Amino acid sequence: MSVNTVQFQTDADRMQQDGDRREFLRTALNGYILTRSGQQSKYGDYEAARTTAAAIKWQAIENLGEHLERFADNLEARGVHVHWCSDAAEARAAIVGVLKKHDAKAIVKSKCMTTEEIHLNELLEKQGYDVVESDLGEYIVQLRREAPYHFVFPAMHLKRGEIRELFERELGDAPTDDPEALTMIARQALRQKYLAADVGISGANFGVAETGMISITENEGNARLTTAMPKVHIALMGIEKVIPRFADLAVMLPMLALAGTGQRLTGYNSQFAGPRQEGECDGPEEMHVVLLDNHRTELLAHPEERDALRCIRCGACLNVCPVFKNVGGHTYGTTYQGPIGSVITPHLRGMKDWKHLSNASSLCGACTETCPVRIDLHHHLLRNRHSAAESSGGWAERMQMRGFALVMRQPWLYGIASSLGRWAHTLSRPIHGTRLDPVYAWRKTRDFPAPAPKTFQQLWRERKKDQPPRH
Amino acid sequence: MNVSLFIPCFVDQLFPHVGLAMADVLERLGCTVDYPESQTCCGQPAFNCGYQEEAAKVADHFLRCFSQSEQVVVPSGSCAAMVKHFYKDLFRDTPREAEATRIGERTHEFSQFLVHQMGASDVGAKLPGRATFHDGCHGLRELGVKSEPRLLLEQVDGLELVEMTEAETCCGFGGTFSVKFPQVSTSMVEVKTESIEATGAEYVVSNDPSCLMQIQGYLTRQKKKPKCMHLAEVLASR
Ligand code: SF4
Repeated sequence: MSVNTVQFQTDADRMQQDGDRREFLRTALNGYILTRSGQQSKYGDYEAARTTAAAIKWQAIENLGEHLERFADNLEARGVHVHWCSDAAEARAAIVGVLKKHDAKAIVKSKCMTTEEIHLNELLEKQGYDVVESDLGEYIVQLRREAPYHFVFPAMHLKRGEIRELFERELGDAPTDDPEALTMIARQALRQKYLAADVGISGANFGVAETGMISITENEGNARLTTAMPKVHIALMGIEKVIPRFADLAVMLPMLALAGTGQRLTGYNSQFAGPRQEGECDGPEEMHVVLLDNHRTELLAHPEERDALRCIRCGACLNVCPVFKNVGGHTYGTTYQGPIGSVITPHLRGMKDWKHLSNASSLCGACTETCPVRIDLHHHLLRNRHSAAESSGGWAERMQMRGFALVMRQPWLYGIASSLGRWAHTLSRPIHGTRLDPVYAWRKTRDFPAPAPKTFQQLWRERKKDQPPRH
Repeated sequence: MNVSLFIPCFVDQLFPHVGLAMADVLERLGCTVDYPESQTCCGQPAFNCGYQEEAAKVADHFLRCFSQSEQVVVPSGSCAAMVKHFYKDLFRDTPREAEATRIGERTHEFSQFLVHQMGASDVGAKLPGRATFHDGCHGLRELGVKSEPRLLLEQVDGLELVEMTEAETCCGFGGTFSVKFPQVSTSMVEVKTESIEATGAEYVVSNDPSCLMQIQGYLTRQKKKPKCMHLAEVLASR
């Protein structure tokens, strides 16, 4: 087992002990499902909207190169510096390059999972920059020095009391448990940071090829401050975020809001189309867009897996996933948790180390059923299992499966195995419930049925003997 | 109508009465039922672990067993989905593809067979008590089984059907998942059983014996009352 697999098991087991936290998560997510269903019912034809959203992303991904070029050309025409980066190291270097050029010290960030993907904060902090997350949830996990728990709700695992304690410890202020008061404390702390920041770093939910704009969706208004107040704005964007037309936003923005948080539309939706132009009164003096590949083109080259690039990171698949609800977000150990994380991480970071994620699913398909852009998530997990078995399957499992196939193809062998199974069951009774028990893992928490006294096949023969043939 | 029973391997070994109940209901509705004796398994265990080559060998055996059958009926949404959906993938671009498609089209999950092929809703069953239905994920999401079992259950004399809140949430079985991740699987069945208990139902009914094995296994360990029954058993009661 790889280190990651062991880690996953350990963390999942720890999470199982924490019944309170699981209950808390479940309540929160069930609340989300209720609001989302309420809003969904307001769509005239929700399924058609989903199909349209999927088609927009499909078009974008099928002609990715062309759209990206158009996107970049349009940005450059308005004075944006575009950086093409094939991996995380290049993207980090591009960002640090801009910071150095401006002799920046203080950086303010708005929520961006792609920066998590390239581990930007760690690097910048190591190099002595003062980096602060301006999204409340991200700010909380940053203060706790931990990774986001969920890529849409980074601090969803924390209860009010825990946040109060955190603020008391880190900010020296937190008189109450009242969420609004706590938000105000964070705002106070952050406001100073906006004013002092030399550079603002953001992500991008969509890049519009037709007009050369990035589109950012948020609820707190922090992204607007992050991008507008500092002199320099850097946006980091995965290449799959590009969409063809401006009009596509009319479908995608409500869809993202609905699937993501259950809102009809998020509080703020802004489009950024370059640095301050002549005659304009605000905006940054300089704007950079860093386009990140980081193995996305490998996924693109895969005809059956490509649709995973349609993902708009709404997080809906996590919210409905019964495994996520029970193991929590940190257990995954990845930037992108839940079903979509389990689908793409082995492709982005290596099958050998991450294949366990596709096994940590009951393949129930709730994710596929909910995905607003119709990614066939659970069948991807199945395909990942296939690739894993081909490339790095364990010897023991392969032998088991060969044995299984052999027995199941030969009715006489199946008959023998069935009788042997019955004997083995009787003989093994003394070890049931001990670690020697082959179904120990199962029987620890659940009863396992004993083989029936007679198989169906035997019972059927008897039944046919008793019943005269019908003519 | 002539129908062949497909009794999946674990039903054959652990829950043979489910197969008999299914045969009873089909015969009651006038079907001529046969059971091709050389059948074993649909190959799903290997397929779900990613071992397609091994799965294809078992699937090939299945196709041979049922090549003469006019209709094949299965008491498990999961195994029916395997044959109907995944055999096509397994044999894509091979000489067996046409045969896999043909047999896939003739294979039916039990409740869908009753409602769509037989046009049945009242099968003359009687079972007093309160029941709740658990939607097995594969039946629900691969085959779209949703209204059929409910339609059948509503006609059962004396039976009151109550919906649970988490009817469509996975029970945590997932084949090898339940063994590879026993804790997670247990937490999932815990949620399921809480939801079942909240309805006050005496019976938990499903069209998938593997889900019932997981749910019943947990219920009895917890010494909880509700009793698991396969849809076929309910419909066979009188
Ligand atoms: S895979 Fe689908 S549901 Fe999951 S985050 Fe991406 S778009 Fe949302």
